Amino acid sequence: MAFRIADVAMESRFFLGTAGYPSPQILQQAIAAAGAQVVTVGLKRQMAAGGVPGDFYRLVRDSGARLLPNTAGCRSAREAVTLAQMARELFDTPWIKLEVIGDDYTLQPDPFELVEAARTLARDGFEVFPYCTDDLVTCQRLLDAGCRILMPWGAPIGSGQGLLNPHALRTLRARLPDVPLIVDAGIGSPRDAVQAMELGFDAVLLNSAVAHARDPVQMARAFKLGIEAGRLAWEAGIMAQQDMAVASTPVTGRPFIL
Amino acid sequence: MTGITVNGEPRQVEPGLTLAALVAQLGQPPQALATAVNGEFVPRDGRGGVQLRDGDAVFTFQPITGG
Repeated sequence: MAFRIADVAMESRFFLGTAGYPSPQILQQAIAAAGAQVVTVGLKRQMAAGGVPGDFYRLVRDSGARLLPNTAGCRSAREAVTLAQMARELFDTPWIKLEVIGDDYTLQPDPFELVEAARTLARDGFEVFPYCTDDLVTCQRLLDAGCRILMPWGAPIGSGQGLLNPHALRTLRARLPDVPLIVDAGIGSPRDAVQAMELGFDAVLLNSAVAHARDPVQMARAFKLGIEAGRLAWEAGIMAQQDMAVASTPVTGRPFIL
Repeated sequence: MTGITVNGEPRQVEPGLTLAALVAQLGQPPQALATAVNGEFVPRDGRGGVQLRDGDAVFTFQPITGG
């Protein structure tokens, strides 16, 4: 079923990262198998001699998916704003996945620099997709700063640990019912994507779980099915858990004892 | 000559060289890269108006895959 992100109608709730694939062809096939309509890209500082776009990027550009450039590697609002401005020109899109890292070991976002950068960029006409923690108040501040979408982490980037704090994610969904929420980072297996979608998240963004699979193309398909299953389950309404058994077959007493 | 750095590497350029001319010297089409001088973004159509001065740090970025 179609949904909207940043005023754009989309079918796929699977946002795919494009880094770290074994070959350009496998990346291209993985994007197709995922059915992804949004893929993330990055910027690299050139060597002194300059350079030309590699095969990987050219295939991504030609995949037909909408590009979501990131500000990976930034440590301050100022750096992130400059990189975002470059990305807007280079990729010809106002969309930016805003990453401002505060800790090298966990790659945890710096909420203070993030909010500052988000405010500057939103005012400048960017559609900011902030990569953030699952802290509710930080998320509210990002919305105040002009973000219309939030991308809280499930676990540290590339860790594959799944959703470490489902309670916090559930809280975000409950408190921000009308904001598009995308779990970004930490997804390891399709099980984690199902869980994110069952929590009512609007989409999932992942990269390593597909790129580092033995067969990335098949894993992309597995995630596609998981994301669809989780979404359908959320829309259908998952039954309440009970502490004790509740017989599903309607019988009266015991079948052979009157 | 004017001493600048390009992506961290020292480079001597003729006085008054514009950023647009430097990009051309690097042998790259103007739309293939994004530029910043001293940490500030310089848009493509603004490069012709930026004359490089002693000590300027020029950075150029190109698209890559990313997560």
